[in-house]
Amino acid sequence: MKTIQELEEIRKNTLDRVNQRRDRNTTRIVVGMATCGIAAGARPVLLAIMDEVEKLNLKDVIVAQTGCIGVCRLEPIVEVIRPGEDKVTYIKMTPEKARRVVNEHVVGGKVVEEYVMHIVDGKIINDYTVEKD
Amino acid sequence: MYRSQVLICGGTGCTSSGSMDIKKALEDELKKRGIDKEVEVIRTGCFGLCALGPVVIIYPEGAFYSRVKVEDIPELVEEHLIKGRILKRLVYHESIEQDRVKSLDEVGFYKKQMRVALKNCGVIDPENIDEYLAFDGYKALEKVLTTMKPEEVISQIKKSGLRGRGGGGFPTGLKWELTAKPVADQKYVVCNADEGDPGAFMDRSILEGDPNCVLEAMEIAGYAIGATKGFIYIRAEYPIAVKRLSIAINQAKEYGLLGKNILGTGFEFDIEIRLGAGAFVCGEETALMNSIEGKRGMPRPKPPFPANSGLWGKPTLINNVETYANITKIILNGADWFANIGTEKSKGTKVFALGGKITNTGLVEIPMGTTLREIIYDIGGGIPNNKKFKAVQTGGPSGGCIPAELIDIPIDYDSLISIGSMMGSGGMIVLDEDNCMVDVARFYLDFIKDESCGKCTPCRVGTKRMLEILEKITRGQGTMDDLDKLETLAKEIKASSLCGLGQTAPNPVLSTLKYFRDEYIAHIVDKKCPAGVCKALLQYKIDDEKCRKCGLCARSCPVSAIEGKVKEKFTVNQDKCIKCGTCMTKCPFKAIDKK
Repeated sequence: MKTIQELEEIRKNTLDRVNQRRDRNTTRIVVGMATCGIAAGARPVLLAIMDEVEKLNLKDVIVAQTGCIGVCRLEPIVEVIRPGEDKVTYIKMTPEKARRVVNEHVVGGKVVEEYVMHIVDGKIINDYTVEKD
Repeated sequence: MYRSQVLICGGTGCTSSGSMDIKKALEDELKKRGIDKEVEVIRTGCFGLCALGPVVIIYPEGAFYSRVKVEDIPELVEEHLIKGRILKRLVYHESIEQDRVKSLDEVGFYKKQMRVALKNCGVIDPENIDEYLAFDGYKALEKVLTTMKPEEVISQIKKSGLRGRGGGGFPTGLKWELTAKPVADQKYVVCNADEGDPGAFMDRSILEGDPNCVLEAMEIAGYAIGATKGFIYIRAEYPIAVKRLSIAINQAKEYGLLGKNILGTGFEFDIEIRLGAGAFVCGEETALMNSIEGKRGMPRPKPPFPANSGLWGKPTLINNVETYANITKIILNGADWFANIGTEKSKGTKVFALGGKITNTGLVEIPMGTTLREIIYDIGGGIPNNKKFKAVQTGGPSGGCIPAELIDIPIDYDSLISIGSMMGSGGMIVLDEDNCMVDVARFYLDFIKDESCGKCTPCRVGTKRMLEILEKITRGQGTMDDLDKLETLAKEIKASSLCGLGQTAPNPVLSTLKYFRDEYIAHIVDKKCPAGVCKALLQYKIDDEKCRKCGLCARSCPVSAIEGKVKEKFTVNQDKCIKCGTCMTKCPFKAIDKK
């Protein structure tokens, strides 16, 4: 049982955790884990991120799952928000790609350009399908 | 491990502009230079950029080359793959960084959207109530319990103009008022999460992404109408949503946001989850209530309406998930804010599940009054593979089809009804030239026939008869009389069925008959299926000009229906052919056509 004041306290204390803007103190990594994301393979991606964060003993990094971001066809989607930087959306992720993002972007501060959206003439072209001969 | 990947578009558009010759030339060049083990060449499906074709993309740089010719290949390999310099002359955009978009928010897909019901979806962790609290969670409840009278809450909802998002579009505030009126020892609040339309997944996504906002809204509704007990009726097929709802309920109880003496105000409210076994009719409110009571999920006659006699005969308020998802935002931002979004009679936003022949399959939320064109082209990214847009099916089995010529219609309750469709719960299935409208109508009738509960005759027998006529037409045995019969049956089923399921069941047939009558006539008179879907009306034929007489088709045919001799001529024996399409996929020269 919490009082109204205690709830307000929780709101204040959690705000930095979910803050989507640049003025946050911690790094937030979210993985889309609605049915669409899980079906596309988000669970191993989330586990790989948690494993990598633990292995590297990263402090001030929050790993969270979230619901449907809306573009189900680009799942698994991983978003990274670092303090003082804009949100970066990675699409079509795999556990290997996710580990690279943790190492290069979360730790190294360098966005892994290859995994962000590549848009030509308004079309997202990362999610090509391979045709077999 | 390859150091570089070259993607070559193998879609129809690029193939016809010579992309396969480019692929061959590239593979030869790589071999000649001895780097064929380092560079992988991949043939891809259509990128949807056929006008720029043939398209070649080289990763990891992501260089996008357009209108590539065979003569360009040696230079491309030399410059890009050996020297590692981007071949500026062929690159579509001068700078590659320009096409790299770091955040989804910057994409056209999001720019035309407005997230009200989905505000927290994809942002917060749905299994952590603290994150919900951080974005003003349970502040609306606090405001209602500490500063507003129940009548004030109802008048706010009425003023906002919110209408039921489950499909019917009944004014929500009025429903609350009607349920608040009767005096009873017990009242109930029910959340209808029995989302059953094929292709719809809005409610699931809200419950998976932001379960607390539904709980909070149900409590507000309970306070407004004087109820202490709520039920969420959800399909057992939504295990993740059920799990997250249960977690949210437990966390809310722990914080004293559910149960007795909520926020120390003395208000009491409890919520239970009830699982549905997946019968479509249980989304109908009276059948849903029967199911919660443990009875067979069959509708009851109305009146009495749930507002007077619902669950166990008590006054019951029943709203859809998305309706609840709007409540907290109306309370916090004010009724005027909400009433300013949308059109005169349809306020706020609507969530749609985009599916079918559309590039950006997914979940979108748009202000009411957005046109279909904006949804399909600006948000949905258009139709893949350069196909022609034909129609949109909205409202599932109760709705209808909107044809391409009405693409500029604004999406709101009344416009959709005026053209013979309906808003429905928000499934939006896009159809292209390869979809047969008779077959689409048949699909929905087949679904309805299975899902009809059988209580009333018009729906139980009538939908079966309609389906039989449709099947007859798709087999090429229909007559023009059948169209009249379909229309008569449809009218009678609509007029005499007990519940919404039967009353709307003929809609897919009526709307396709209205806008695509020529397709029905093609099936009946010409015995042809213009989209090439209805198997019985198709004929596989070999084009003698394209055929190289190799005999591969004849060898692959499982029923030996292709006759002829190698180097002479092959024909399909139509009497033997089972229309499996094997020959068509096997033919390396695309010499087999279905018509």
